[in-house]
Amino acid sequence: MTDAVNQTARPPRNQWWDVWDQFKTHKGALLGAAFFVFIVLAVFLGPFIWTLDPTFIDIRARNQGPTLAHPFGTDQLGRDTFSRMLKGGQTSVAVGLTAMALSLVVGTAIGVLAGYFKRLDGLLMRFTDLFLALPLLPLLLVIILLFRDPLRALFGPETGIFILIVFVIGITSWMQTARIVRGDVLGLKEREFVLAAQSIGTPNRRMISRHILPNVMSPIMVSATLGIANAIITESALSFLGLGFPSDFPTWGRLLFDSTDYLQQYPERVMWPGLAISLTVLSVNYIGDGLRDALDPRIRGR
Amino acid sequence: MLNFTIRRLLMAIPTLLFIGLIIFLLLELAPGDPMAQVPLTVPPEVKEKMREALGLGEPTHIRFWKWLVQFFVVEPMYFLDNHFGTALAEGKQRVISWQTRSPVMDIVAQRIPQTLWVVGMSYVIGVLIALPIGIISAYRQYSWFDQVGTFISMIGFSVPTFFTGVLLIVIFSVMLGWFPSIYDTTLVVNSWSTFVMQVKQMVMPVFVLALYNAAQISRFMRASMLDNLNQDYVRTARAKGLSENVVVLVHVLRNSMIPVITVIALGVPQVFGGAIITEQVFKVNGLGQLLITAIYANDIPMVQTLTFIFAVLIVLFNLVADILYGILDPRIRYD
Repeated sequence: MTDAVNQTARPPRNQWWDVWDQFKTHKGALLGAAFFVFIVLAVFLGPFIWTLDPTFIDIRARNQGPTLAHPFGTDQLGRDTFSRMLKGGQTSVAVGLTAMALSLVVGTAIGVLAGYFKRLDGLLMRFTDLFLALPLLPLLLVIILLFRDPLRALFGPETGIFILIVFVIGITSWMQTARIVRGDVLGLKEREFVLAAQSIGTPNRRMISRHILPNVMSPIMVSATLGIANAIITESALSFLGLGFPSDFPTWGRLLFDSTDYLQQYPERVMWPGLAISLTVLSVNYIGDGLRDALDPRIRGR
Repeated sequence: MLNFTIRRLLMAIPTLLFIGLIIFLLLELAPGDPMAQVPLTVPPEVKEKMREALGLGEPTHIRFWKWLVQFFVVEPMYFLDNHFGTALAEGKQRVISWQTRSPVMDIVAQRIPQTLWVVGMSYVIGVLIALPIGIISAYRQYSWFDQVGTFISMIGFSVPTFFTGVLLIVIFSVMLGWFPSIYDTTLVVNSWSTFVMQVKQMVMPVFVLALYNAAQISRFMRASMLDNLNQDYVRTARAKGLSENVVVLVHVLRNSMIPVITVIALGVPQVFGGAIITEQVFKVNGLGQLLITAIYANDIPMVQTLTFIFAVLIVLFNLVADILYGILDPRIRYD
């Protein structure tokens, strides 16, 4: 009896360490996480090391292949592709992260409210279903076309488009998070610890922030990774259709779109932005896979 | 079941009306002026007349009502007239495109075959590839087949279609010259050589979309099979002495198909929406390309109708998925 007690008496350990232990066993996820960190560091710190201006036009050095001075070559105006990739990555990753954050905030708020307050449930879920029934890509295109010019006039050409794209992606991708969170909250509400907290008179506000939210963190984290992937792809798709950022303001999607004009002459030029988008999304999806396994207590025990 | 279907159909009506209203109000905010192309020498009162001729003179709610009537009453009448030679819609106003000044539905009808051929074919092929891969991956979990299969489906799931498309064009059109990079709609298939041409120009767009769809569906199929393979009824079936083929392909497969079929049904409208990009890459002049050009040209009736058609598809296939779920799984009864 005492033996058994001694064996189990380990120092108390935060559950996130268990999650990390499980996450480490998923090689793809680990590799994906390393690559994603590398990409984020490269695009945000890289411009300090590779100081060539992405908008600097050197018309004599146009259409060059990879050289020491321009490791990724130059485009039709002689701008350095490598520094444009870094700058474009900055925008793409920033759009991905902020749009994901926005959609998580909206999705979690609606999910928690719908799950926790019975009065709001029907209304909010109807609302979610309605959003799910909207044809999103066509609507995204229409919204961007309509509000591009007013927002540009308000915030300047770059910030305006950034705000618009982040907002538009954020408000069209929160539905899955909301549904998953609502389902989890509905289940949590029936648990004993919630009853215990209620019986000592915990107000709703603290109930949600102390008891409900920490327990729905797992699905939120998994949707966060999917959200980043989705946002990066959507932004690139919009830029690819010519409805994203202006062309002097590079993003990966825009670079890919511009390179397709030179597909016949310089087919290698589409590779850099395409690979960057694909590998980033792939790494984020692998992180999501690993997180899903690591956060699932049924798998973690094994 | 019938009650449920009727109830859901009735519920779909307000949803669709509301979506139609949202799209209409969004487009109402459009800053573009359809009269912008008209020369400045045209006097303002003539311009006002032209505006009224486009149906712009009336207040918003009346125009919305007129659009509804045109879309739901007049267009079906024209459809009947064309097919049965009746004269129901004689002299009634149809939805007119501002770009071409011809009825929107006529242009849509011209564009639908291309989209259906490319998108529909790719979805069918995607499903046909995905199901066996998902089944084998789950049955031989962690084998090399499973490892390769999950890796490829992860790639197909992550690499955006506009990059796979461009990549295929670089490899097979620019470097090898096997397939044309532009889809030629004027091609009439009437002999063996034109048939080969048609197949050649369809290979790349169909492959791109099929890879993307197969990746998603095979992941669902694998997960669903894995859920079922460890269930007690599988052990019972094996204990009864049923052959492994029967256990997997009849007992497990039928049960794991239930969620997968609904996923397949739910994916159909998304495929139409997502095909916008692929159509743009390969210059297929289908519905997606029509929408893009209409958006650029500020052709509001066209954008409104097309977006609404996409919405109808989504609502319709949601309904189909729900009904299929009820039919396939006898434990689920909606009534």
